[in-house]
Amino acid sequence: MFEFVVGSPLNIALILGVVIVTSAMLIWVERRLLGVWQERLGPNRVGPWGLGQVVADMLKIFTKEDWIPPFADKLSFVVAPPIIMVVLLLSFAAVPIAPGVGIIDLNIGLLWVLAMASMGTYSVMLGGLASNNKYALLGSLRAAAQMVSYEVFMGISILGVVMLAGSFNLRDIVEAQSDGWFIVPQFLGFMIFMIAGLAESHRLPFDLPEAEQEIVAGFHTEYSGMKFGMFFVGEYIGVLLTSGLLAVLFFGGWQAPFGLTIGNEILSGVIWFSAKALFFVCFFILLRAAIPRPRYDQLMSYGWLVLLPLSLLNLLITGAIVLYQAGG
Amino acid sequence: MLKVLNDQLKVFRTQAVSLWLVLKYTFRKKDTVEYPDVQPYMFPRWRGRIILSRDPDGEERCVACNLCAVACPVDCIALQKTEDENGRWYPEFFRINFSRCIMCGLCEEACPTNAIQLTPDFEMAEYQRQNMVWEKEHLLINGTGKYHDYNFYRVAGKSIGGKDKGEARNELPPVDVRSLLP
Repeated sequence: MFEFVVGSPLNIALILGVVIVTSAMLIWVERRLLGVWQERLGPNRVGPWGLGQVVADMLKIFTKEDWIPPFADKLSFVVAPPIIMVVLLLSFAAVPIAPGVGIIDLNIGLLWVLAMASMGTYSVMLGGLASNNKYALLGSLRAAAQMVSYEVFMGISILGVVMLAGSFNLRDIVEAQSDGWFIVPQFLGFMIFMIAGLAESHRLPFDLPEAEQEIVAGFHTEYSGMKFGMFFVGEYIGVLLTSGLLAVLFFGGWQAPFGLTIGNEILSGVIWFSAKALFFVCFFILLRAAIPRPRYDQLMSYGWLVLLPLSLLNLLITGAIVLYQAGG
Repeated sequence: MLKVLNDQLKVFRTQAVSLWLVLKYTFRKKDTVEYPDVQPYMFPRWRGRIILSRDPDGEERCVACNLCAVACPVDCIALQKTEDENGRWYPEFFRINFSRCIMCGLCEEACPTNAIQLTPDFEMAEYQRQNMVWEKEHLLINGTGKYHDYNFYRVAGKSIGGKDKGEARNELPPVDVRSLLP
């Protein structure tokens, strides 16, 4: 029961706990890093290096008034926030962290992750619609259109990886990268998947559903207290998920670069996977610090007119090369 | 086709450049001053908390002329003139309501005796609004403030106890107008 086998209770409890705690800690990480890149310090007063800020924020968000506006549609208003957290945590189940560390070993792992992550759209849409507020409606409208259109080539962009690995199983994909990461043959796919992942987790360059400067707070305008907190943490779990997927699909998952293994297989795998995922988390925060938000029509036309043809092109070329090598 | 590709490469390049520019800020010196731990340098002419200074002899400089109260745009200064046995004028009470004061410094400019002065102290927050009203005993300091030598009664022509007309600095004795008669 308490050994590192995929799906053991110890694994499930550890992964669930670590994912939720890390996504809460990301609030602090993001604020400190944004501070670094904006020539200021960020929160550093509560506890060592300001780490207590997370606890303080949590206490605040738990004790805040949890208000349901009288004009809102009660049921969907209450149901919407947990959806995003639940589906993103569910999609984490298929992410392989190290050999023997993971929750489930699905042979359609990648499809499971994509399917669950796209369910998050319901949360954003329902939340905005149920709020019965013009800003929230605009936000959820944008969220639905953006996520549906970016979903399309998010799937197509990683088909190249699937073709090279010959499997939808995320563990097999990691194993297939033991003699070379997929970032080299699939650089285009990596770029497209990263952009789509950003749009999927509506992080800053693509945070049009909640664009503060235009539509107050978008779909979560009417939310407060822990319901808002769930949207907030859901967004960070989305960041973690996208970073983890980038590490698994293109950067060899738990495989150590240059044979730099640390300790035994499991420890080394966990450390390298976390390091790679954390690198992408930091990169996402850098994107937030550096790149302004595009206009809505720019976002849509960029998706449909540039990224979709590019991902199709990537698919075509990769397929041709795979066929050539197989037939050659 | 080539133009589209070129445009996309340009988009990619400009975004990469801005990412690099922001990344370079990692090693910049931070602008933040951690205020309660690190005190900022306050310029000597900063317009902060108002004080009443004394002349080099240690007497109150204020002669209760009311010019500061008149000049004050928010009407936060209140005072009442009185006189001591030597004929020196001084305020019976002098009250500044700092919850109204806007630190404009017009009272300092209006003061003919350099009595009222603004200082670089800005930490004046109070938990109770009543504590924002400062009386003369709170305002009066023991030093001369920014002007160390100025002593109004030693340069002014007004006669007070111990100093008659014509005995002030740079002052000639009063002219006996009758001696000028032809």
